[in-house]
Amino acid sequence: MGTEGKAGSVVKRFTCGELVEVVTAYLDDALDEPGRAAVEDHLAGCADCGRYLDQYRATVRALADQPREQLSRPVRDRLTAAFKARRPSA
Amino acid sequence: MASFAGGALPPDHVIVTALRAGDEAMFAALLDTWSRGMLRVARSYVSTDDSAEEVVQDTWLAVIGAIDDFEGRSSVRTWVYRILVNAAKKRGLRESRTLPWSALESDGGRGVDPSRFHGVDAGLPGSWKVPPAAWPTPENQALAAEARGIIAEALAELPPRQRIVITLRDVEGCTSEEVCDILDISPANQRVLLHRARSVVRDRLEGYFRSVMAAE
Ligand SMILES: [Zn+2]
Repeated sequence: MGTEGKAGSVVKRFTCGELVEVVTAYLDDALDEPGRAAVEDHLAGCADCGRYLDQYRATVRALADQPREQLSRPVRDRLTAAFKARRPSA
Repeated sequence: MASFAGGALPPDHVIVTALRAGDEAMFAALLDTWSRGMLRVARSYVSTDDSAEEVVQDTWLAVIGAIDDFEGRSSVRTWVYRILVNAAKKRGLRESRTLPWSALESDGGRGVDPSRFHGVDAGLPGSWKVPPAAWPTPENQALAAEARGIIAEALAELPPRQRIVITLRDVEGCTSEEVCDILDISPANQRVLLHRARSVVRDRLEGYFRSVMAAE
């Protein structure tokens, strides 16, 4: 596209303090291409932020592990009865 | 009759067909899979656990009544949660609890305390003053259970909108598109709330693991 020569000079560099604020956008693939490249560039040279990102991911995984929680028996029974009472279509 | 114990729910067209045909196992599977997240979200809008459960009950009754009218313009889960959020908002209004969704106010700002990084006068401005310490691998059951409790506490203390977004995204596994549709918020708004909430939860886990390792 004729912009390759400039690519290096326009790529933004993140500090650690800036990088930790874009990790959600990075994980959601919501950064533009230079932004994404800048994150990966920083991570390639910064073990501290690499660890931060790993812990961020571990946190997201752990969040999915919250205890099961159910409706109380009477409410569940009432809903099951209401569903049975509904006349099935087709 | 279908059985989904421990497994993922089938695709939406299967769910809708089964519900319309009166498949009780499918209805039970949805109740068991989605009610947790629905209770958690409802609680952020209303004042008591009992009102939250009533909101969830009313939502399911509305779903039962309207399943023939579902048009498939969103996922079934989004449709159910939108009914829930509307019911919860109405209930919250009656209880004089309203969540302002328009402004970001105190929810904005940074995920990580800026004082953790060197200032502009340092040799490497913006780098970690004290890098994040390694976490123990929670292979240990007791540690994992404690971490789960720490996360539950952190979630309970989040501002409501952050709690709703992180609950939908990370606890219940909704996509960002679903969350935006359910809450009528922009992708950018959703991301700010999610980022702030996740950063706070990570920070709480960090504090907990630091105390565990200091005690060893
Ligand atoms: Zn870094």
